[in-house]
Amino acid sequence: MTKMLKPVGFWLLVAFIILFSIFPFYYAILSSLRTGQGLFDPSIWPSGADFANYAGVFRDVIKVWGADLPSFLWSILYSLMVAVSVVLISLFLGVTAAYALGRVQFAGRGLLLMTILAVSMFPQVAVLSGMFELVRVFGLYNQAPGLIIANLILTLPFTVWVLTTFMKELPKELEEAAFVDGASPWVVVWKVFMPLMWPAMATTGLLAFIAAWNEFLFALTFSPDNRTVPVAIASMSGASQQELPWGNIMAGSVIVTLPLIVLVLIFQRKIVAGLTAGAVKG
Amino acid sequence: MATVQLRNIRKAFGRIETIHGVNLDIEDRDFVVFVGPSGCGKSTLLRLVAGLEDITDGDLLIDGQRVNEKTPKDRGISMVFQSYALYPHMNVYQNMAFGLELAKTDKQTVDQKVREAANILKLTPLLDRLPKQLSGGQRQRVAIGRAIVRNPKVFLFDEPLSNLDASLRVEMRIEIAKLHQRMTATMVYVTHDQVEAMTLADKIVVLNAGNIEQVGSPLELYHHPKNVFVAGFIGSPQMNFIDAEVISADSTGVKARLPGGGSVIAKVDASGAKAGDKITVGVRPEHITIGGGESSITGDVEVVEELGESFFLYVRTPDGKLMTLRDTGDAHSKVGQKVSIFLPGDLTHVFKGDASALRRL
Repeated sequence: MTKMLKPVGFWLLVAFIILFSIFPFYYAILSSLRTGQGLFDPSIWPSGADFANYAGVFRDVIKVWGADLPSFLWSILYSLMVAVSVVLISLFLGVTAAYALGRVQFAGRGLLLMTILAVSMFPQVAVLSGMFELVRVFGLYNQAPGLIIANLILTLPFTVWVLTTFMKELPKELEEAAFVDGASPWVVVWKVFMPLMWPAMATTGLLAFIAAWNEFLFALTFSPDNRTVPVAIASMSGASQQELPWGNIMAGSVIVTLPLIVLVLIFQRKIVAGLTAGAVKG
Repeated sequence: MATVQLRNIRKAFGRIETIHGVNLDIEDRDFVVFVGPSGCGKSTLLRLVAGLEDITDGDLLIDGQRVNEKTPKDRGISMVFQSYALYPHMNVYQNMAFGLELAKTDKQTVDQKVREAANILKLTPLLDRLPKQLSGGQRQRVAIGRAIVRNPKVFLFDEPLSNLDASLRVEMRIEIAKLHQRMTATMVYVTHDQVEAMTLADKIVVLNAGNIEQVGSPLELYHHPKNVFVAGFIGSPQMNFIDAEVISADSTGVKARLPGGGSVIAKVDASGAKAGDKITVGVRPEHITIGGGESSITGDVEVVEELGESFFLYVRTPDGKLMTLRDTGDAHSKVGQKVSIFLPGDLTHVFKGDASALRRL
């Protein structure tokens, strides 16, 4: 009897965990397909598919360079630009910093690494006002560069840490062989280490993308007029003050989550390799 | 065409000095082998020549020019690493071409040189493979290929064969010897394997604790070791050492008292010894034979090892030490048997109290 119960219990637990993680997203999809009174239907089963909310999301239009563009589409493009920039800058700075921190012996290296880690310990709110002053002084308020620089504070610490750990694992002789072949440190990083670090770069790059894509507080504060998608979704308004357009909000959320899921699926293999790298000596 | 000269080279890591003023002249086209126990500084010395470590003090000259501050490439060296250190993401061709491409060599020359090297090392069918698709011996050949395409003045090898299995090691050893005959480069080779050192070297450098103990041809080191360390390090199994006392010293040699009452007249330059001196008598296992007489020691056989073509006897002598005897053929002694072992005076070494040798006549 216990022989039967053990696997049954195990799979029940698995089912519960899956349900718990998937249900919110499922409910979002469900709500996004309902309109009007249907939104107040507590049933958890689909009751017909109405894509009116998806169309509704793109109804508001703004003028961009003389042409009409749905404002939500503009937000998606803006978010994409910010997130991609954050990823590229994070990876560039991360790899070069990882070379210095992982490969070059200098005094204070451990302290520097700890400081970098310490940066990520502060809650976002703690640095918000200081960051706001900086963004304003440099004249970057309401502009993408201001938001990009602010987002780097969230992505750089873990990028540098993961890449440094990964870089330390690469054999020293590889670097020495390249030096003997006449490579400069720059060439070593670019042509020898980078191709070997793809798994780690895919992992950290994707995490940085997700962080920048979903970031809300900095985006709301530093770039309130040029809205990223989280801000755009949060500021969706209904026909009257009292009405919250749940259908549209859910549709918008589903739309912006899909690219993330696609990215994760594409990089899945690399991510697994990246997350387990260093666990066992290859 | 390259000579390498080390002038009072010192290396310190922090406060700890590991190379204590090494002087060495390596001539053009020499094949020099650094040997020594682990931690003696042989690899460090090689890396100093390569330019992978900074020289703390002293001068390194290649072709008469001081190169202390130059990069490995500008020194005109190339190096083969113990772990091969092939670029994992490049195929065999790209691995060998990498250095040339960095030097902005035109494509045709690169192609010609890589194919030439691949031909010499029998790598032509493997040019498109990645390192992970190669066996250990093939990887080592790629590593050598990568070193020869750049036509270096000096070739450096850091224990290149120690990751290979025994039969492959013999094969690669012969390939390296042939390579040296074919190339006009000077070669410096680090190993802890005596057979590699004896067979490959024109000149062996024996290192110990950051100092050079002796430099010489393989047979010079075997027949005329300068001190106890070199005598013990060169030759396998190790030379037997017996604590003894000088009975008399004259132009025919040194007469020394042996444990158990016998004596041996070692044919050495006796000018540095006098009666009553404490000395160490050394004799190689392959020079001892079974047989009685004045210059023999009697003891009990403790272990017999038969290798087929030869055998080892381990004999406990009256002074409590274990002596090794090596001879060809089958052993005719049994464990526990009493045997007399004979020390030939003309093949016996004598070391003074300060461990330095009296030169054999």
